[in-house]
Amino acid sequence: MFPLSKTNLLKLFLILSIVLFLFVAQNNFNDYTIRILNNIAIFIILAASYNLINGVTGQFSLEPNGFVAIGAYVTALALLSEDMKWELFQLEDPHPWILALHLDLIPALFFSGLAATIVAVFLATPVFRVRGDYLAIVTLGFGFIIKVIAINNPEFTNGSIGLNEIPTVINLYWTGGLAILTVIFMLNVIYSKYGRAMKAVRDDEDAASAIGINTFKIKTLAFGTSAFFEGVGGGLLAILLTTISPDLFTFFLTFQLLIIIVLGGLGSMTGAVIGSVIVVGGMEWLRFLDGPLFLFGMDFGSHPGLRMVVFSVLLIIIMLFAREGIMGKRELFTLFKRKGKK
Amino acid sequence: MDISTFIQQLINGISLGSMYGLIAIGYTMVYGVLRLINFAHGDIMMVGAFSSFFGMSVLGLDIYSSVVFAILISVIVGVLTDKVAYKPLRHAPRISLLITAIGISFFLENLVNVLFGGTPKSFHAPAFFDQTFQIGSAIFTPLVFIVPLVTILLLLLLLTLLYRTKYGIAIRALAFDIKTVSLMGIDVNKIIMYVFIIGSSLAAVGGVFWAINYPILTPYMGVMIGLKAFAAAVLGGIGSVYGAFLGGVILGFTEVIFVAFFPEYGGYKDAIAFVFLILVLLFRPTGIMGINFEKARF
Repeated sequence: MFPLSKTNLLKLFLILSIVLFLFVAQNNFNDYTIRILNNIAIFIILAASYNLINGVTGQFSLEPNGFVAIGAYVTALALLSEDMKWELFQLEDPHPWILALHLDLIPALFFSGLAATIVAVFLATPVFRVRGDYLAIVTLGFGFIIKVIAINNPEFTNGSIGLNEIPTVINLYWTGGLAILTVIFMLNVIYSKYGRAMKAVRDDEDAASAIGINTFKIKTLAFGTSAFFEGVGGGLLAILLTTISPDLFTFFLTFQLLIIIVLGGLGSMTGAVIGSVIVVGGMEWLRFLDGPLFLFGMDFGSHPGLRMVVFSVLLIIIMLFAREGIMGKRELFTLFKRKGKK
Repeated sequence: MDISTFIQQLINGISLGSMYGLIAIGYTMVYGVLRLINFAHGDIMMVGAFSSFFGMSVLGLDIYSSVVFAILISVIVGVLTDKVAYKPLRHAPRISLLITAIGISFFLENLVNVLFGGTPKSFHAPAFFDQTFQIGSAIFTPLVFIVPLVTILLLLLLLTLLYRTKYGIAIRALAFDIKTVSLMGIDVNKIIMYVFIIGSSLAAVGGVFWAINYPILTPYMGVMIGLKAFAAAVLGGIGSVYGAFLGGVILGFTEVIFVAFFPEYGGYKDAIAFVFLILVLLFRPTGIMGINFEKARF
């Protein structure tokens, strides 16, 4: 069933070492480090699923913040108890549906993903009528509309105040485990016939359509699949942050994910993993830039936001000089494959 | 709603729409030439607004010289953007160009954030703009007349430039076919630079108008305004300069009237632009002016 080829051994080794690392981390590391690792794991889920639509299928969409917001709200509302909701909803009384919604963690995450997928499937018709730049701007607009809806329906979402005191019911095993599952799932999608069809759509949509691929169906499939995992990731993010509000899921989130997949290499899942580690880790590491700065004995004062300047310059430099990113379109475990056997 | 309130809303809508139009022209021209949604264009407008704020509060300029200062800074930023970020990618896949544009947009927002701080700045326009006068029961500020007038003047100037000068012919030719134009001995990069100069200066004027009208400046103000202006450009028919202005006016007018008729749904005002965008793309992708990508231009 699983021939012990070099590639498979390498895959097995990678997964086992990550599981071992998670085990060591959860038991030995301090809260701060565990929090960063949680963050990295969630960003791996989000980046891998974003990569499916953006890198693998080649549809340059800017929607993840919308789906993450949907997932986060569904999970948060499902996990909060009825008493908590009465206490939290200050602008208007909670809607009876919202009060009736109460689920355990796993169904809550599943329904978060499902909600995002349903929205994605409805959205696919207008969105995939257009290509390229237009697609980008329509999906970008979608994120704004989600925010407007969240602010203007206080009986469902508590408006601009948002929700807080979401119970923390996850640990590193949950986030890390789901991250591993997501990446494995995405890799299996990529190497399935659907994945090949997605790549064909990316490389030449007209040619793909000419050889009998239903491009709309394939794009919708990729969109829905990535929406599902973005919803789940959003749910995990809500639990990790314990507080969510409509202002949290702005275009900035999408921008971070974009840097991650561009840095890792558009179309490479293991690239997305590496990108998540570098970008989320780097964000933490560069935190000193936002505080008071002393360089070469000079006082530069305090400049909140400098980190973001660094990251946007990084994105521009990658695009100008290293468009392939770290991995290109390759995967980590295919690096050692003999050449000519592609 | 009586007639004078309607006229008041009409004029307010046209004024708001002219500002969208000014910014939309930049989108439409860059798209026409490079086939790129210049994501950074809204932020160039923001740079214009901030430069004029900086000129008035720090350098002590009056409003007119601060407009010139704003145009100058925006043009420098716009041209540099093209030279540094877009020019090396002329032959790269379009997606790379789009990602770079988003990078530039984020860079400008955060640079202004670092330079000026994150707290919103209040823009102090001269007292002239604060006075009001009454016609019937409708109350106007001078700006609602100045904005459309200046916009139409600039539009006429731009159309003269496009249709009556050698540079205008070159710009329109570029929109047809970049390769052939470069074979005709025209410096393509120079012409593209002129397009960025035109777009950025119009955006700067739009930015100053915006700052006088809504005197709260934040580094992220350009995102939403830029997106709406882009929606206006698509509504009018992207690639068409008249279309951009027309789309802007329609969008501004609809927003104002929507809030006037349905005040309880006022929160959804910002979504109108995207509804327009999606409807246009679904039913008439060439927009109102019906620009066919392969044939007519501007």
